[in-house]
Amino acid sequence: MDMAVIELSRLQFALTAMYHFLFVPLTLGLSFMLVIMESVYVITKRPIWRVVTRFWGKLFGINFVLGVATGLTMEFEFGTNWAYYAHYVGDIFGAPLAIEGLMAFFLEATMVGVMFFGWDRMSRRQHLLVTFLVALGTNLSALWILVANGWMQNPTGATFNPATMRMEVTDFSAVLFNPVAQAKFVHTVSAGYVCAATFVMGVSAYYLLRGKWTNVARRSMMVASAFGLASALSVVVLGDESGYALTDNQKMKLASIEAMWETEPAPASITLVGLPDVAARTTHYAIKVPYVMGLIGTRSLTGQIDGIENLVLKADERIHSGIIAYDAVEKLKTNRADTAAMTAFETHKRDIGFALLLKRYVADPRQADEATITKAAWSTVPNVPVMFYLFRFMAGLGFGFIAFFGMAFYCASACQFRKRWFLKLALFVTPLPWVAIEFGWVLAEIGRQPWAVDGVLPTFLGASSLTVPQIWTTIIGFTALYGTLAVIEVRLMLAAIRKGPIEHHDEPVSTAGFAPLPAE
Amino acid sequence: MHIPLDYETLRLIWWVLLGVLLIGFALTDGYDLGVGALLPFVARKDDERRLVINAIAPHWEGHQVWLILGGGAIFAAWPFVYAVSFSGFYLAMFLVLASLILRPVSFKYRSKHADPAWRARWDMALFVGGFVPALVFGVAVGNVLTGAPFRFDSDLRMTYEGSLLGLFTPFSLLAGLLSVAMLAMHGAAWLAVKIEDGPVLDRARRYGRWAAVATIVLFALGGVMIAKGAMGMRLDGVVDAGGPSNPLMSASISAPGGWLANYGAHPWMLIAPIAGLAGPLVAMAGIATRRGWLNLAGSAAAIKGIIATVGLSMFPFILPSSIDPRSSLTVWNASSSHLTLFIMLIVTCVFLPVVLIYTAWVMKMLSGRITLGEVRSNPDFY
Repeated sequence: MDMAVIELSRLQFALTAMYHFLFVPLTLGLSFMLVIMESVYVITKRPIWRVVTRFWGKLFGINFVLGVATGLTMEFEFGTNWAYYAHYVGDIFGAPLAIEGLMAFFLEATMVGVMFFGWDRMSRRQHLLVTFLVALGTNLSALWILVANGWMQNPTGATFNPATMRMEVTDFSAVLFNPVAQAKFVHTVSAGYVCAATFVMGVSAYYLLRGKWTNVARRSMMVASAFGLASALSVVVLGDESGYALTDNQKMKLASIEAMWETEPAPASITLVGLPDVAARTTHYAIKVPYVMGLIGTRSLTGQIDGIENLVLKADERIHSGIIAYDAVEKLKTNRADTAAMTAFETHKRDIGFALLLKRYVADPRQADEATITKAAWSTVPNVPVMFYLFRFMAGLGFGFIAFFGMAFYCASACQFRKRWFLKLALFVTPLPWVAIEFGWVLAEIGRQPWAVDGVLPTFLGASSLTVPQIWTTIIGFTALYGTLAVIEVRLMLAAIRKGPIEHHDEPVSTAGFAPLPAE
Repeated sequence: MHIPLDYETLRLIWWVLLGVLLIGFALTDGYDLGVGALLPFVARKDDERRLVINAIAPHWEGHQVWLILGGGAIFAAWPFVYAVSFSGFYLAMFLVLASLILRPVSFKYRSKHADPAWRARWDMALFVGGFVPALVFGVAVGNVLTGAPFRFDSDLRMTYEGSLLGLFTPFSLLAGLLSVAMLAMHGAAWLAVKIEDGPVLDRARRYGRWAAVATIVLFALGGVMIAKGAMGMRLDGVVDAGGPSNPLMSASISAPGGWLANYGAHPWMLIAPIAGLAGPLVAMAGIATRRGWLNLAGSAAAIKGIIATVGLSMFPFILPSSIDPRSSLTVWNASSSHLTLFIMLIVTCVFLPVVLIYTAWVMKMLSGRITLGEVRSNPDFY
């Protein structure tokens, strides 16, 4: 196994996924804000709301195409770069991806054409319905993707089949109603809503500071502050920590976020700040608040949260058990009727993934000595300092958004957004949700390491049989293509914002259609 | 959970659905790929190009989902095929993805500036986004017919022993050109029902006629090469059609000319190649009589016939291996589990009709021919 191929494949996946996720959150949130704005238009029939809807719709469109374009890469990348992963878990993981296409993305993509081109071809209500279906499709799409991702974090409803050398579904409803997936879905779409609300706040603040399009800007800010406050609360309160107490690997993620080396008596305290020290397995200068961690992690005063050292001991046990399962599978390969091997396999099959961890050090896990097993057990600990700091940064931003939107909500009634300092703050806050969102993605994925699928398949076994030059070619290719498109996208977005909500076109606007309203 | 359909039947159904999805993709996104490839030729001035672009602009996003769904459905129902083909054809896949990524951006961003140099660049990107995927998909199908150089170890980890250049053989290039000709014919047929009469439509008819002729010639030539060449495989020994999905438990051997064996055993299958040859003739009749819908129906029949020919000729093979016949993927050894196939079938039966219904509604809402006048006056147009 060539580790360079694996590291480069991870790099490419991270690059393409994080790039894709620059556009998706705005699509998720802006689509629903368009529904709100257009609903006001349909109810009040005031043309200004049509201008508002169409203006944000135009920015939505510029952003949407890049989300769609880069999503293509994601759909195929499991096959191109993670072929063994695709074989090993495709029986479960492929289904949500296919259902996403069938039930969500089809809806969103078919309707978005009518949304842009159908303004003059249908009634107001019909068009509102179309806009709503775009938003619904977009958000359902996120649901299925997170069902797939949630399964990687908490692989329920599946078992290893030695005859096909892969994981197979045993209980599809467990995959569907996976609590980790549900928590992730709510957390992720809420983050998208915050992102869109902040974007609308920022652009509107720019107009208000310039004294341009104030009619549109003030109305947009009203919608954004209410929508943003609700979403900012939801993203923090319904953060996906609730799923962390479920499995050994989720517990490991929680323990490393908290840099909790040893198990504390329940209810555990939370570390606000500190300096995690990996070599000494301790956290220096920790400032702790008692009880809080136990309450968040277990929703009780008595539930115990395991520390890292405890969890490593458990991993050690599971590796030993996994070796027995691995040995049974090897025997079944040559003799499928070997009943002794079948019995041993049935007893130990849930740990077979842990034996695979040893393949990093030895070709045949059965040859591993105790020192190697200990090393493999410690390899189940993700990068603690990275987890510790990223989480604090992300969560800090999350609380910051609540404060910001709380202020916005207050300003909406108290000062009608006339305070210049608030408008400047809104401009400053605009890029921050993207930072928090990308940190969140890194946190979730680094936190799952060394696993591609928690406890089932180590990441380093998942890659395709590619060569280093092949992957460099595509990394450079994607970076150049994506980089160029990003520059063009940002320029067009800024140009559209500068131009403002005028209905602009090469030719004069026809009098039969819609005539733009002057600003106040 | 009790599954009312047996494994063998479900595998067969999913083999048919695989064909339905590929045909659905070629029929719908085929318009957009074909129109993209024809764009520089049928439309010369800027408003002519805008006429052509706006004929597909509201539809391409929905059409492209057939590709995404195809990827997802192959992953869910045929994970071996997904893993082997996408990682094996790695750099070819990258070429397709990069070209397809250019396409949505071009549609949207081209109209944002009136600068001719800006627009010319996006027109080029649209051409690449139409031509390159059409060519590479065809080349890939050519390689599926000849077999790809891969093998499995006992953990079912696949190693691929080919290169990007190795994909381009005379036969696969012929398949690539056939794919381009077929989709160009289809794109021209779409323009024939979607834009107003005028110089652009006249050019589209002219190119459509040539593309139809090329489709017939290349398809027939491909048939000859399959009959005379060394391609073909057959299953060896006892076939367990309901057995575990493990290629190493079945046996296939190379059988030159084997891709014609099914037509001897089941003569009704000949309907597919006949449709592939007759469809372009019908399309040409539609062009000659200026009946756009006849043109489109002929071109659609050709696409269905040609893709079905590939599937039926190879059945039960899906992706044969050229270096290790026993690693070959077939309908009986490369699917997901019994339960997954069943669940995915239910999901498909529920949602595919819904998709077809709202797609039809959207088509109705956006029906009618696009005119140059509309292109110049409607602010929503690209």
